[in-house]
Amino acid sequence: MQKPILEIKGLHKRFGDHHVLRGIDFSVAAGERIAIIGGSGSGKSTFLRCMNFMETLSEGEIWLDGKRIGTERNGQVTYPERQLCAVRERVGMVFQQFNLFPHMTVLQNVMEGLVTVKGMAREQAREIALQELDKVGLSEKVDAWPGRLSGGQQQRVAIARALSMKPEILLFDEPTSSLDPELVGEVLRVINHLAEEGRTMLLVTHELGFAYHFATKVIFLADGVFHEVGTPDEVLKNPRQARTQEFLRRFGEFAF
Amino acid sequence: MNYSPDFSVVLDNWPVLARGLWVTIQIWLPSIALGLIGGFLISQARLSSRRWLSIPSLVYVELFRDTPVLIQLIWFFYAFPILIGVQLTPFTAALLGLTLNTTAYSAEIFRGGIKSIHRGQMEGAKAIGMTHAQAMRRVILPQVVKRMLPAFTNRMIEVAKMSSLASVISVHELMYQGRLLSSTYYRPFEILTAVAFIYFVLIYPGTFLAGRLEKRLARSS
Repeated sequence: MQKPILEIKGLHKRFGDHHVLRGIDFSVAAGERIAIIGGSGSGKSTFLRCMNFMETLSEGEIWLDGKRIGTERNGQVTYPERQLCAVRERVGMVFQQFNLFPHMTVLQNVMEGLVTVKGMAREQAREIALQELDKVGLSEKVDAWPGRLSGGQQQRVAIARALSMKPEILLFDEPTSSLDPELVGEVLRVINHLAEEGRTMLLVTHELGFAYHFATKVIFLADGVFHEVGTPDEVLKNPRQARTQEFLRRFGEFAF
Repeated sequence: MNYSPDFSVVLDNWPVLARGLWVTIQIWLPSIALGLIGGFLISQARLSSRRWLSIPSLVYVELFRDTPVLIQLIWFFYAFPILIGVQLTPFTAALLGLTLNTTAYSAEIFRGGIKSIHRGQMEGAKAIGMTHAQAMRRVILPQVVKRMLPAFTNRMIEVAKMSSLASVISVHELMYQGRLLSSTYYRPFEILTAVAFIYFVLIYPGTFLAGRLEKRLARSS
């Protein structure tokens, strides 16, 4: 077993009285592709969002490359902004709603992190941004405004924006859930292409078919804990837990 | 009606009105500029999750929004000497009053604007490693300014006219000179009409430019 890049120990997350994540231990090794599935409200998005500190942890530790994130002083852990920014440079994220910057062109969206965060010269940033946009098949749209693009195109720009930062881990939070059905394929193909490059990725999704082909490991999350973990065959084809079987059966209900 | 208007009184006293106009500009533009900067800072305090920032800033905003500007100006002129033993000049008192008032209003404009930007914008910015300040400067504020331009323009117009209240604490601005001339020559009709015309000429170019800018910015969305 390879040394993990990212490790999570005893993760809890509460929103007020609502206890969403109830003690999760987890690690990601280089090259792993992990699909996280589960019903709505199971906490799968929250879990993903904890990993790049889009949500603050209520309890627990996150370790990146053997170093704990956060600063401990008198038993209190604080998360200085500088540390979190450094984490987010290394752990990229793609959102369900794309979250492109509407006042910037496609190219500017992808250059933004390189120029503002990495302090790169515009010329060099432009070069990299063009390469990433080419990779997601949007070379034609570099000067378009995001608002003029289809949902699938917007999501591919968002993927290029995340890739531009050269992250070691990529988090996908239901990347196709807000897309029209006929646009889902173009985004999944891009993600699949990244899988072929051997990238380390975590994907929260309802596309179980894609999860089956994409993932090296599948996690079924229910009631804020890992209910079942295994290979795609184990979890998606031969689930052992009753909850998992029930979840998959409901998904297959209207299959033809 | 046997009153015959005679605008020569305006032309004869043009230098007096010009001096007044210059003082008006000196109150107007700085109080707008400082008020915008102050307003942004107060809006950040208002939006902060730290109560020692959010509560005082709320009190400040409400105090200045819910009392008449006229009283605020008079208060800075007459109450300051009593409270801290420093006598402000009328001009400083007016500038301070209008700046603090504009700060309160623009704080609310900024706050509303920032809140109206979808949460995903801040998240999208943070996800590529931006600090809160970088996200504000590069992602949130450009969108806020665009969306809030009509409100800011409105505020600029209000402050230009509000500066005439400074005449009450005898700042020698346009309105003060107009009233002085009126009572000297008993020609309020001609003189105040001229003063109103000067205010219009002062304010209109600003609203015209803001309208043009609004159209230009609208193109990118």
